[in-house]
Amino acid sequence: MCDCCSSKKDIYLPELATVKKRKLMNGTELYLLIQLDSGEELGHKPGQFVEVSIAGIGECPISISSSPTQKGGFELVVRNAGSVTKAIHKLKVGDKVGIRGPFGEGYHIDQLKNRNLICICGGLGLAPQRSLINYILDNPSDFGTLTVLLGTKCYPQRFFREELAKWAEGDDMTFKETVDEEHDCWTGNVGVVTTLIPKVESHLKDSAVLVCGPPVMYKFVLMALEEYDIPHDDIYVNLERRMKCGVGKCGHCQINGEYVCQSGPVYRYSEIGAMPEAI
Amino acid sequence: MSIKKLKKDVFNDLVAALIDSDQRVVGVKAKGDRFAFGDLESADELRLDYDVTLLPPKKFMLPQMETLLKYEVGGEYKSAGEAPKMTLIGVHPYDLVAINQMDEIFAQDEYDKYYMNRRNNITIIACDVVTPSKNVFAGSMGTATVDKGYDVLLTDMGDSYLAEAATDKGEELLAKAAQADDASPQDIEARSKVWQENKEKLNKHKLNCEPGDIPKLLDKEEVYDHPVWEEKASMCYSCGSCTSVCPTCYCFDVQDDVEWNLKEGKRWRAWDGCVLENFATVTGEHNFRKQRAQRFRHRIFRKGKYVPSKIGGQIACVGCGRCVTACTTDIANPVDIYNRLLEDVKI
Repeated sequence: MCDCCSSKKDIYLPELATVKKRKLMNGTELYLLIQLDSGEELGHKPGQFVEVSIAGIGECPISISSSPTQKGGFELVVRNAGSVTKAIHKLKVGDKVGIRGPFGEGYHIDQLKNRNLICICGGLGLAPQRSLINYILDNPSDFGTLTVLLGTKCYPQRFFREELAKWAEGDDMTFKETVDEEHDCWTGNVGVVTTLIPKVESHLKDSAVLVCGPPVMYKFVLMALEEYDIPHDDIYVNLERRMKCGVGKCGHCQINGEYVCQSGPVYRYSEIGAMPEAI
Repeated sequence: MSIKKLKKDVFNDLVAALIDSDQRVVGVKAKGDRFAFGDLESADELRLDYDVTLLPPKKFMLPQMETLLKYEVGGEYKSAGEAPKMTLIGVHPYDLVAINQMDEIFAQDEYDKYYMNRRNNITIIACDVVTPSKNVFAGSMGTATVDKGYDVLLTDMGDSYLAEAATDKGEELLAKAAQADDASPQDIEARSKVWQENKEKLNKHKLNCEPGDIPKLLDKEEVYDHPVWEEKASMCYSCGSCTSVCPTCYCFDVQDDVEWNLKEGKRWRAWDGCVLENFATVTGEHNFRKQRAQRFRHRIFRKGKYVPSKIGGQIACVGCGRCVTACTTDIANPVDIYNRLLEDVKI
């Protein structure tokens, strides 16, 4: 190997980590607590992601769901959707995975400090937002009020249920939840997540709004927010892309000239709203 | 660094000696009635009078398929990059400009040691173009000549080559020539004339603006939704030929393979292309560039705006004309697209 390369680290080399806890939270979402075998903390910021490797199957980007304030490993929520995530679902406690990252900029905490915050989550969008929500709950003096709106497709798909119950009971945030379809066991709101927005109308003024959900959700949430004249500088969206390399080389995650794996996945709506193909 | 004049048979002997050494020697060879880079078995195979190679020389720094990691299932991942020492003979100026651009891209931000290690182990003997290809437009892109990136630059002077060494590696190489005179001022003057002529000759498609104006053109509001994207893309097969033959395209895919024993495996990367249908598809089948026109536009914007923004404004199209030749439906020519936009959009 040439001299200048031998001193450089291999950006594609995953480090080994061990599954410490696993729990299938509903039919499709698997919770994992993972600890790096080096014993070190991941050192992430809320909103960042890691590339998870399953030997022989491949690698895929997964948002980190736990707050960096939580020590002793990090948490992921993985939907069984593709070949790698299917293999992740077969992991048992004690199994090894490869980890690269954390990647991306995540939430720009400096822009959110001292502000009233509204997190709007749709389905699996709860997983990355949770890293921020718990970070705020652990550092309440750094932020203003916190409001969380959560929409899930149907009652059985709800996950982190015990945590959601605590959020609903506690007085450190306003938490509202809805499911798209009626269900015998569900007595709460029914309807898509946008139906919760009018219920917190008074919170919308002077708040930063953070949106994370499936691609189809953004369009409707952003349309609903238009009615309240929230400056686009104050709306943040969390974008999903196919990050293959995580380091701004492979081109897969590019939105126009923007590498989501480097500068994202969280963007101000004012930065990407006018950017076609972003949402 | 020095500029020497070598008789062609002296240079041939030099190539023969290189081939006899234990190092890999790659050069341009005839392949039917066309040309390709390949391992040289004898100096006679080398064709420095070629017009253009089928594939650009980037395949030696970024192979079509390259193993990154090897592992045992459940065990540690290990870096598996290879970087054979080799001499690459006959790189045209436009291709060298493309290599220079990629050197910058793979070294910046996060250092890609797989690419850089290969690159650093390659000695490049570039050569000025003798025969312009039918679709070259390097003259328009400012890449008909090149002033860096090579170890040696050859210019054909009839019965001899002017050989300029630009690095220590290049000096060492030329020092092995049996007989080499220092180039005279007349020789250097003659070489300047070749360069001047090549700027004119290598221009089969003429761009109606300076290459440096392209990012400005693409920045104009009316360009993004201009009808040209749909006009051209309506005939696009999304076959990826244009990106496969492009010397500046470097997007790649990453995949795993497991061995038959199911215990060992490897991770490799392979060329990919943003015009291919599923390039921007995420799990759940949502495709962020579903329309052919979107992908077609993305390719041109990458060349003319996105990549330039990473490398100090250099345009990521070097005018080799390979995409023009490779495209089945004759829609890939970047000059046609830029000129079409220039008809409608003022810069």
